[in-house]
Amino acid sequence: MLLSGDPPRGRILSAMLATIVAVLAVAPFLFPSTRALAVAERIAILIVLTASYDMLLGYTGIVSFAHTMFFGMGAYGVAIALTRFGAGWGQVVIGALAGMLLAIVVAAIVGLLSLRVRAIFFAMITLAVASFAQILASTMRDWTGGEDGLTFEVPKTLTSAFRLGGGYNGNLVTYYLIFTVAAVLFLFLLRVVNSPMGRVLQAIRENEFRAEALGLRTLWYRTLAGAIAAAAASLAGSLLALQLRYTGPDATLSFSLMVDILLIVVIGGMGTLYGAIVGATIMTMAQYYLQPAMGGLANAFSGVPLMQAVLDPDRWLLWLGLLFIAIVYFFPTGIVGRLRTP
Amino acid sequence: MRVSLENLAPKLVLPAIVLAALPIIGVSNWLVLTVAGLAMGAMLFLMAAGLTLIFGLMDVMNFAHGAFITLGAYIGITVLAPLAGWSTGHSWTLNLAAFAVALLAALVVSGAVGWGFERLIVRGVYGAPLRQILVTTGGLIVAQQLFIVLWGPNAIPLVKPPTFSGSILIGSAAIEKYRLIALALGMGAFAALTLLLNRTRIGLLVRAGVENREMVEVLGYRVRRLFIGVFIIGTALAGTGGVIWALYQELVTPQLGTEMFVLVLIILIIGGLGSIGGSLIGAMLVGLTTNYVGFLAPTISLGSNILLMVLILLWRPQGLFPVAKS
Repeated sequence: MLLSGDPPRGRILSAMLATIVAVLAVAPFLFPSTRALAVAERIAILIVLTASYDMLLGYTGIVSFAHTMFFGMGAYGVAIALTRFGAGWGQVVIGALAGMLLAIVVAAIVGLLSLRVRAIFFAMITLAVASFAQILASTMRDWTGGEDGLTFEVPKTLTSAFRLGGGYNGNLVTYYLIFTVAAVLFLFLLRVVNSPMGRVLQAIRENEFRAEALGLRTLWYRTLAGAIAAAAASLAGSLLALQLRYTGPDATLSFSLMVDILLIVVIGGMGTLYGAIVGATIMTMAQYYLQPAMGGLANAFSGVPLMQAVLDPDRWLLWLGLLFIAIVYFFPTGIVGRLRTP
Repeated sequence: MRVSLENLAPKLVLPAIVLAALPIIGVSNWLVLTVAGLAMGAMLFLMAAGLTLIFGLMDVMNFAHGAFITLGAYIGITVLAPLAGWSTGHSWTLNLAAFAVALLAALVVSGAVGWGFERLIVRGVYGAPLRQILVTTGGLIVAQQLFIVLWGPNAIPLVKPPTFSGSILIGSAAIEKYRLIALALGMGAFAALTLLLNRTRIGLLVRAGVENREMVEVLGYRVRRLFIGVFIIGTALAGTGGVIWALYQELVTPQLGTEMFVLVLIILIIGGLGSIGGSLIGAMLVGLTTNYVGFLAPTISLGSNILLMVLILLWRPQGLFPVAKS
């Protein structure tokens, strides 16, 4: 029921997913440090963000470069509401809903405008619109705080000033809020891709012409998929705003975040949704724990001029980019696709 | 050919915008802005022409195209550094020689890297649009990082040769010399491409390939080889556009190409994918709109190109000059 009749299939994969979900479910009690908790929160948020992207990329077969824009809309929605009207739960809900509504409307407009002609238009137009949104966020300083972003107060229940028994505080509430919303959203997306509508999306991916010939209105289905994905991404953005108590263009709108999403979906496995869980976990762990290790490796090559430059932790993306190309070429189904029994 | 408003209207957009701007802006500013817009359009055309040809012929949308623009700009820097004596002196022949060497180097290196890129990255994913987008985006990520490895993360200044800077006075309007040079180069490239496509056998095959690739293959021509040629020309043009743009801006950053690529995409969408004439008109439209709106209402200038794109898409979903595909 919960998994919408689409279990992971495959013993190793099931074990892997069960471990990740179980660890995430009790993370605050396993890892008391705030850094580890932040990692777990980031993983939960990225799972929603990338699962919603997978619905577009893996299930519908369309590439969007504007997913971070929708993510940002949710984050800025909450941020602006909390900055302007003070810390309160009503503001959080209104900000998140406003961001989501904007995301849905923009996604629908972009979809209806571009998908009418060819799917490639969608990729091109989303890239243009996303870069416009990025410029807009950094120039509309009165609203968005420009390049510096917005730092704001969250409702008191979510802060460490809110004491629970046993040495736990509001950080625990924040974590379980993020975990619960992320879990619900993920299960919702799983429901969508396994619904009759999800089958139509897959049919469009496999053969658009045939789907159209069967009388399915591909434009509407694609646009609907885009709008649902945008809504989920914006809610993930709202969660990020609550987690960081900060929203800025680099954290939500940057091209490198878009690259992260692409990497997670492709490494995890396109068209599986579970790939998002595996990919987001691996990627985040690597970013927090493996990337600093690169610095040590770079120091080992301190005499060799070019080696040191390419092993610098800031050149992390160079290696991920190469990995990305290799995976698209040689393992197009990603980790989950490999482990899954058909 | 049937002459009707339906056919004529797309051709009238550009003159209509230019004329409409005249009474609003005033003659002397209008002259300056129009030249600036056309010059920017000419540079954008160089960057867009290759991509539109590549897409038209082989249905490949190369999202790493922007990297070739950046590459051209950096090659310009690398070449002009040892030629500083030529490019900073006041002799116009030496200035011109340094400029020509930089252009040629950018052309050759971008073309060569483009050839390698086609062989290594694009070759395996023909006919798979989704993987094409992903793989070329991967190529863009790697290229962007390599620029930082090779030339550092900071912006590098690049100075125009002195005889190329300064302006010519026409009435009370000061027209920058470099803009005229850029305009001439862009129009030269357009003329050369048009001649190549319309007057040579190779051009005939390319145009035939755009319209119906299978038929050309059935007739015994190797469209693949033709395509490699087009890919090289396309990336070489992007690199040349990059160095001309870099000298115009006098600053090179690792993000230069990616920023221009967004405009290039808008141009392709406006002009119609696969059409050389369409990309020229699209580039001019984007250049002029940027300059006119930047002067009249600087606050909304950022959105003006997006707005232009949306309006044109609402009117003509395939762009102004769609290419007939069978």
